[in-house]
Amino acid sequence: MGEMSGPVDDWTPSARARARTEFRRAQHRRALLVALVATLLVVAVVVLVVTTAPGWDRAREAFFSPQRAVEVLPEVAAGLWLNFRVWVVASVVGLVVGLLLAVVRTSRIPALFPLRMLTVAYVDVFRGVPLLLVLLLVGFGLPALRLSWLPVSAAFLGGLAIVLTYTAYFAEIFRAGIESVHPSQVSAARSLGLNRGQATRLVVLPQAVRNVTAPAASMLVSLQKDSGLISILGAVDAIRAAQIATTGDYNFTPYVVAGVLFLLISIPLTRLVDAWSARQGWRGELRRLPGAGVLR
Amino acid sequence: MSDPLLSLRDVRKTFRTHGTTQVVLDGIDLDVAEHQCVVLIGASGSGKSTLLRAVDLLDDVDDGQIVLGGLDIADPWVDADEVRARLALVFQQYNLFPHLRVLDNLTLAPRHVHGRRRADAEADALAMLEKVGLEHKARAYPDQLSGGEQQRAAIARALVGNPDLLLLDEVTSALDPALVGEVLDLLTALRDEGTTMLIATHEMGFARDVAHEVVFLHEGRIHERGTPAEVLDHPQRPETQEFLRRIR
Ligand SMILES: Nc1ncnc2c1ncn2[C@@H]1O[C@H](COP(=O)(O)OP(=O)(O)O)[C@@H](O)[C@H]1O
Ligand SMILES: [Mg+2]
Repeated sequence: MGEMSGPVDDWTPSARARARTEFRRAQHRRALLVALVATLLVVAVVVLVVTTAPGWDRAREAFFSPQRAVEVLPEVAAGLWLNFRVWVVASVVGLVVGLLLAVVRTSRIPALFPLRMLTVAYVDVFRGVPLLLVLLLVGFGLPALRLSWLPVSAAFLGGLAIVLTYTAYFAEIFRAGIESVHPSQVSAARSLGLNRGQATRLVVLPQAVRNVTAPAASMLVSLQKDSGLISILGAVDAIRAAQIATTGDYNFTPYVVAGVLFLLISIPLTRLVDAWSARQGWRGELRRLPGAGVLR
Repeated sequence: MSDPLLSLRDVRKTFRTHGTTQVVLDGIDLDVAEHQCVVLIGASGSGKSTLLRAVDLLDDVDDGQIVLGGLDIADPWVDADEVRARLALVFQQYNLFPHLRVLDNLTLAPRHVHGRRRADAEADALAMLEKVGLEHKARAYPDQLSGGEQQRAAIARALVGNPDLLLLDEVTSALDPALVGEVLDLLTALRDEGTTMLIATHEMGFARDVAHEVVFLHEGRIHERGTPAEVLDHPQRPETQEFLRRIR
């Protein structure tokens, strides 16, 4: 190993090294400038195209009316609170049950065979049927059974449909994660004396979950957005609240308000997910490996 | 004597991790003349891979010159892709592309970097595979090959672009002892043909056989250099003696 820096290391960059550093800085500045100019150009073009469109004045009134926005904000925001709760509940249930299903599906325990088949069938069905259809079937089909113990509020049934579908998605993601863990990891764990369950819980699952954090998290983002679909059952979420507000005056500003509110949740969430997955990849743990740097 | 193909002058490279700075290459001077074979030896962590990666422009150095054919390639305004197209680095872990057949591994760069026609590139690649004794594996995928075969395929892939200089980083370290011989035989044949090579290795017998010059690297500095007989049989520096004693 080389010596540590500090008083021992008396290196001063040569003129050559300083010239190279200066060149790299200039290159960096130029890259920033190019990015800035390109961005401004795109924004200018978009603004120009939109504002010179023949219907722009009418569209602005119908979609971007400030007074209308302020008026409907409380109702739409109250609706968004429902979306938020659906999102949290569906996320937690979906992640936990999805992980369990994935474990069952990948386990080799003979006694679990029937359960495994059930899991496969469940995942196949709910991954393959459009969420909208599941919503309609659950939302209008279940109440028809007249089960006295089953809540029949639109919010509950809508949430249930979303949970059913997304649990299947999460199960698939986790299964991919489990299968991405190298079999030698299991051998190593078992040879240390861990039993099957311990090896799964202590060695396989932690790595599996890490391997699929990014796709699972992006699934959470799309779940947040899809929580708006419960409005078709009549649950008064942000979208439904906006829809109610537009009836009568044909001013669509409430929809724009709802859209902006959804973005206010999903954009920070997406950035969070990006930051997290960046830590995993080339910019994260793998960054230290030779070859992960930026090549000139 | 004409200028060497490759000259390193006062090359310095540090790695910073968690606030400490490690000097990994500390003023390296090194020449490789055309048709010469220079062998780097040194303990694990002495900086051999870092040096080879720096020459192949896979890492930037902090200071110093890396002159290839008269051009200081350490300068960031030099087109690095062009430089790398003239060099070839073979890695310890082969790094064959697992999704491509052996033949397609070999034709990838000729076709996409050097703009060769597919038929021509494949003819050259097959000739190269024949030279390394792998013509019967052209249609196989890398994971269907033994370690020695994979490494020979990787060397063939490096050679098929006709590099001016072949860089080899411990190409036998990941191999079974039984498979080391076939790879070393291939490299010896290449040396006899006059291929210019800079090699990092732990195989002292091989170093003795092929090296025109042996260079001993220790803690990022060159402590001793000379013919194999000088460095390996009559080492002068205590660090070299210690290193050679350990690996015997
Ligand atoms: N990407 C890196 N980040 C931090 N330190 C590194 C990196 N690559 C190599 N090193 C350090 O540089 C030193 C020399 O490494 P290397 O050139 O791989 O040695 P060798 O190939 O001779 O075994 C080692 O101490 C290693 O830990
Ligand atoms: Mg190395």
